[in-house]
Amino acid sequence: MWRVFLCILGRDLRLAMRRRTEVLTTLFFFIIVISLFPLGVGTEKQILRILGPGVVWVAALLASMLALERLFAADHEDGTLEQMLMTPQPLSLVVLAKVSAHWLLTGLPLVAMAPVMGMQYHLPEGALVAMVLALLLGTPVLSLIGAIGAALTLGLRGGGILLSLLILPLYIPVLVYGSRAVTVSAIDFAETLPYFSLLGAFLLLALVLSPLAAAAALRIATE
Amino acid sequence: MLEVANLACRRGDRMLFSGLSFSLEAGTLLHVRGRNGCGKTTLLRTLCGLLTPDAGAILWNGEKVRRLGEEFHRDTLYFGHLNGIKSDLTAFENLRVAAILDGDEATETAILAALDEMGLEGREDLPTKVLSQGQKKRVALARLLLSRAPLWILDEPFTALDLDAVDRLQLLIAEHVAQDGLVILTTHQEVPLTSGQIRRLHLGTPGAGPADRSGDAREDRPADRRKSPEDEADETLTSFGLGRMGWSLSGHAGHGAGKTRHAPPSLAGAKVGGKS
Repeated sequence: MWRVFLCILGRDLRLAMRRRTEVLTTLFFFIIVISLFPLGVGTEKQILRILGPGVVWVAALLASMLALERLFAADHEDGTLEQMLMTPQPLSLVVLAKVSAHWLLTGLPLVAMAPVMGMQYHLPEGALVAMVLALLLGTPVLSLIGAIGAALTLGLRGGGILLSLLILPLYIPVLVYGSRAVTVSAIDFAETLPYFSLLGAFLLLALVLSPLAAAAALRIATE
Repeated sequence: MLEVANLACRRGDRMLFSGLSFSLEAGTLLHVRGRNGCGKTTLLRTLCGLLTPDAGAILWNGEKVRRLGEEFHRDTLYFGHLNGIKSDLTAFENLRVAAILDGDEATETAILAALDEMGLEGREDLPTKVLSQGQKKRVALARLLLSRAPLWILDEPFTALDLDAVDRLQLLIAEHVAQDGLVILTTHQEVPLTSGQIRRLHLGTPGAGPADRSGDAREDRPADRRKSPEDEADETLTSFGLGRMGWSLSGHAGHGAGKTRHAPPSLAGAKVGGKS
């Protein structure tokens, strides 16, 4: 089972390395969106501090959505998805491996980049740490939930727009608790614990349920 | 053993076939024929579980395919219109991923040998996007050599292949059938067998008589005659018309089967067969 998981993970990472633009697009999108706000609202320290956590999180949501559309579409086009459906492996395992690869390629770079982005908003050190932790817990949830949407909209014309309409509302809880954790941490770091617990709970729930849901959606989409 | 009982499939509003029943023993090749758009691919995709039939059941060794799930997939190899290979990966990487996913313990040497066998020596480490259409097909077909699945479902496997590769593939299929495998394929070509038996399924007979005549398997159809006048001597042993619409099934022993080029007189199917 691990072998299959690692095989798909390795395959997707290798494919991404041979086509780096898709990965870099997401990261640069994230950086640009965040950098636009200080230019738009001015460099007032107080305002930026209030805006910071929310802006970084919204940018992360949008950025992780960018690459979602291609999550299954590329495999659907060349028939490899069909082959995966026909293998004796549980489809949810395949989905989980693909989502993991997607997170490593689009989520993890955002997490790594976030402290630098946060500095633009004059966030204190504690808040930067909280932001990295919150993104570390939150971005996998985004990829996991997104996979369900990607599977549901597979093969549809204009699927990208529909995907964002389907998925963005589901991202709201992660956005709310993720950005609150950062805001609260600026006051007292100890107060952030409930937020992290909730984000962790979301992650576990999504980890268990979303591969199953996405696998079922894939079977429907390929009919 | 594959059994199909009373299968019906619909695409959109159009009933492609219904009441389709047959059973295939090990060591059989089922050759599905029919015009474009008559539902050959739909039938094949339904048989391998990618599509849900509108009615009827598919049984593998006496158990419902739906219930078997992944176990059935272990016994099945499906080769569709799309090659199912990644253009950014090399031929070798593609095959290794496929082998691991299929649960086959394919070693590096086995994969290289399979690629050699398909005439791809020296091209193992090229990304498949630089290969020609036929070569890509060869890469995909190398899976047949690595797989241990008894049931092969091949959708138009001969397209884009050169004569040499066609011969090789025909040999492969014949070997598989000889080793008690089961092959279901659609093609407009003949596949000579050394042993085992060939059965033919003729899907969809558009433009034929009204549906109520479809029960008569012996019906001669001038339209079909015109199309294949060369060989009327096909030794159709069983040609029966259980179907309510648009299909017929025939079979005969495999020895020297390759010389017969003509499909059995097909059923006068229904209007439902489609116009395409």
